[in-house]
Amino acid sequence: MGKFSKAGGREMPELNTSSLPDLVFAFLFFIMMVTSMREVTLMVQFRSPQATELQKLEKKSLVTFIYVGKPTQEFQAKLGSEARLQLNDKFAEPSEIQDYIAQEKSSMKEEDQPFMTVSIKADKDTRMGLITDVKQALREAYALKISYSARQAAE
Amino acid sequence: MGKKRKTPGINGSSSADIAFMLLIFFLITTSMDTDKGLARRLPPPVPKDQQKEESVDINKRNLLVVLINSNNQILCGDQFIDISQLKDRVKEFIDNPYNDEHKPEKVEEDVPFFGRTMVSKKHVISLQNDRGTEYQAYISVQNELAKAYNELRDDISKKKFGKSFSELDEDQQKAVQQIYPQKISEAEPKNYGDKK
Repeated sequence: MGKFSKAGGREMPELNTSSLPDLVFAFLFFIMMVTSMREVTLMVQFRSPQATELQKLEKKSLVTFIYVGKPTQEFQAKLGSEARLQLNDKFAEPSEIQDYIAQEKSSMKEEDQPFMTVSIKADKDTRMGLITDVKQALREAYALKISYSARQAAE
Repeated sequence: MGKKRKTPGINGSSSADIAFMLLIFFLITTSMDTDKGLARRLPPPVPKDQQKEESVDINKRNLLVVLINSNNQILCGDQFIDISQLKDRVKEFIDNPYNDEHKPEKVEEDVPFFGRTMVSKKHVISLQNDRGTEYQAYISVQNELAKAYNELRDDISKKKFGKSFSELDEDQQKAVQQIYPQKISEAEPKNYGDKK
């Protein structure tokens, strides 16, 4: 009688969760390694133009960004809706690019400096006049490797 | 008092939650998107004192002018064309398959893997745009030019090595690049058909 009818019945053994934090931490460190902190808060809106022949930008540490686009809503009251440049955390004029590039260059390791790439992230409705000014300024600053940032277009 | 007091173990069941919170924080504040774009090299700046005499003589047959005006219309050579036609025009111009007199001249050259080959290395595509051109139009044109080169390089790679250009090793890529060197010149901006 008593053999199969134990009072408590069999209990499901509890799953050991003591290693769960370690798992999550390992995952966390992985994410921290492969991503980079968003360094600037965007003050311009832009939608990248579309293209198909894209190349990946290889090393994040070698890339400097120049943002071009309309100021975001909160700045539009002050600056209007004309396209503007953003370097780091402030609006700038094309004439300031040279200093900016020089500054970015000096913060790089010396052996990396020739490989510095400037990525132009511009809104697709920007007029070329502004982009041309940027390009001329980059030429003057000897930052000759550039990349026009774009999205992959469906063919 | 021989009885040892046991320190109660710290309850660690919430550390998983803490770790999760940290994880979510990092997921939000970091960006994983790899940046992609059209890579180009700018020409080095012209020294100030010789700005005037920079016009290099280029034989007319070697030059293809691609012009984008402020209404985003494209002028290729001396005809208005649609963006979809541009790639084939450019390919024909670079490749010059029938050795047309009005297309770029070819020079015979020693290329590794290929032996002596006719290389059209004197061609120049001059891309000019107006200050009022839209960025998207400009990028589309750049994209079509890049596509023309990529397709030509792919074609010859497939013929020679049976692989597409991106699958070749470094030396082979160099050889193919020597046959089809990318020569896009971006002129100083001018105002064409100014409206604004």
